[in-house]
Amino acid sequence: MRMLINSPQTVVADALRGMAAAHPELDVDVERRVVVRRDARGGGRVGVVSGGGSGHEPLHAGFVGYGMLSASCPGEVFTSPVPDQMVRAAAAVDSGRGVLFVVKNYTGDVLNFEMAAELAEEDGLRIERVLVDDDVAVTDSLYTAGRRGTGATLFVEKIAGAAAEEGAPLERVAALARRVNESSRSFGVALSACTTPAKGSPTFDLPDGELELGVGIHGEPGRERRPMLSAREIAEVSVGVVLEELAQVGPADGPVLALVNGMGATPLLELYGFHAEVARVLAGRGVPVARALVGNYVTSLDMAGCSVTLCRADEELLRLWDAPVQTAALRWGR
Amino acid sequence: MRDADFFRRWMAAAAAAVEREADRLTELDSPIGDADHGSNLLRGFTAVVAAQEAEPAGAPGAVLQLAGRTLISTVGGASGPLYGTLLRRTGKALGESAEVSDAELRAALSEGVGAVAQLGGAAPGDKTMLDALVPGVAALASSYRAAGAAAENGALATVPMLARKGRASYLGERSIGHQDPGATSSALLLEALADVAEAEGAR
Repeated sequence: MRMLINSPQTVVADALRGMAAAHPELDVDVERRVVVRRDARGGGRVGVVSGGGSGHEPLHAGFVGYGMLSASCPGEVFTSPVPDQMVRAAAAVDSGRGVLFVVKNYTGDVLNFEMAAELAEEDGLRIERVLVDDDVAVTDSLYTAGRRGTGATLFVEKIAGAAAEEGAPLERVAALARRVNESSRSFGVALSACTTPAKGSPTFDLPDGELELGVGIHGEPGRERRPMLSAREIAEVSVGVVLEELAQVGPADGPVLALVNGMGATPLLELYGFHAEVARVLAGRGVPVARALVGNYVTSLDMAGCSVTLCRADEELLRLWDAPVQTAALRWGR
Repeated sequence: MRDADFFRRWMAAAAAAVEREADRLTELDSPIGDADHGSNLLRGFTAVVAAQEAEPAGAPGAVLQLAGRTLISTVGGASGPLYGTLLRRTGKALGESAEVSDAELRAALSEGVGAVAQLGGAAPGDKTMLDALVPGVAALASSYRAAGAAAENGALATVPMLARKGRASYLGERSIGHQDPGATSSALLLEALADVAEAEGAR
């Protein structure tokens, strides 16, 4: 097991020190684990704060900046941050117009953000929360903690951030964020397990020649294991189940935002090839791709694999998607 | 009667047990979770011991409330709020008395366990901490050692269960056959309590 780290205990702090060095436009509090947009306050904007376990870079700190997140709180690897971080982040970005917490649906994230919202409200802040739960892989969610939050987090953060940048009030930013979540579904596959620095060996055993269908972003295995499939077959399965779920939330032939997301160890050569198959399947189903994004955005350490997220997008969502953004990992139009 | 020192010794014993078993907890968390339960709890309980030294509380309730707050502030994940709530609510239920009886501790722990069930929305049989805590606290009525043993048995009994809460629930059927790491660490907490009570010459 070889990793480019100093020690498992310092990986998160070391990465934050690196971020601070590379991005002077960010205010990185390494000790307290909060990354804040330098001009977060003063613009009179609604604050948009997210956070979650580390190991999913560039999510979330890579999306802090103009037109997207006001602040992020990175937790330990695959572990949600603690309420203190979230409260500190909210206080750092609040300009009196309130703060939206973007929370992925994992028990740890939900519980910690819930406690943080209570504490921040006790301090007099106005907090709204949006729960991202786009992953269709989890079946029978009545008996589980519900659908997981995965790739749609990027859509929610981008569109909520754009609305906040325009000066929209908290209720409207939150409503848009919820609409994006409700209009989005994801499905992921793992071609390898990932290795957490603390454990030093793969978190699950995936034999050569097999893949996991319906994987989450924490390196946890998916719902089903199958012999390896081609990119074409994976695209057919993934897009098929995502569209099936989306048919329940909007017009079946409306335009979509498409995210083909790498899990960390799959090269762009493969991701673009996979996107070609995703685009082909969507075209075959008569679904126009209004905008596409291909790359490593919501990763899972060194896991190989990818996820597909589709969001049914109307003109308003597309306009906010196209709005300028300038962050470490996502930038256009500015 | 148990004083603040007794509760500090309990927390220190829990921290020592977590340190001893951290690798095993992480190993259990690997197939059904995300392989960090041991390292997360170790970080939390190390901070609890440090906090107790920095700010020695005068009453049993205050010791546990400080421990709970410290866990919430340092652990993260689901374990932070859940263990934090367990200790905070137990501490709150103990009130401000400088000494508490075993019966008072038993009642307070029941409240703490109830708060955990409410926060996590789980029940016994869901393959969570509660599968160790609920039988463990029930057995406190006979003895501390019985509580530790019942919790340990409860943790072992999670092996054939289907997870319905937390990260393992995403695995569905494939969560069966693995011992729940949260139930395992909960058993460590009650065993540490039994060790400390026995060392003091309890029943």
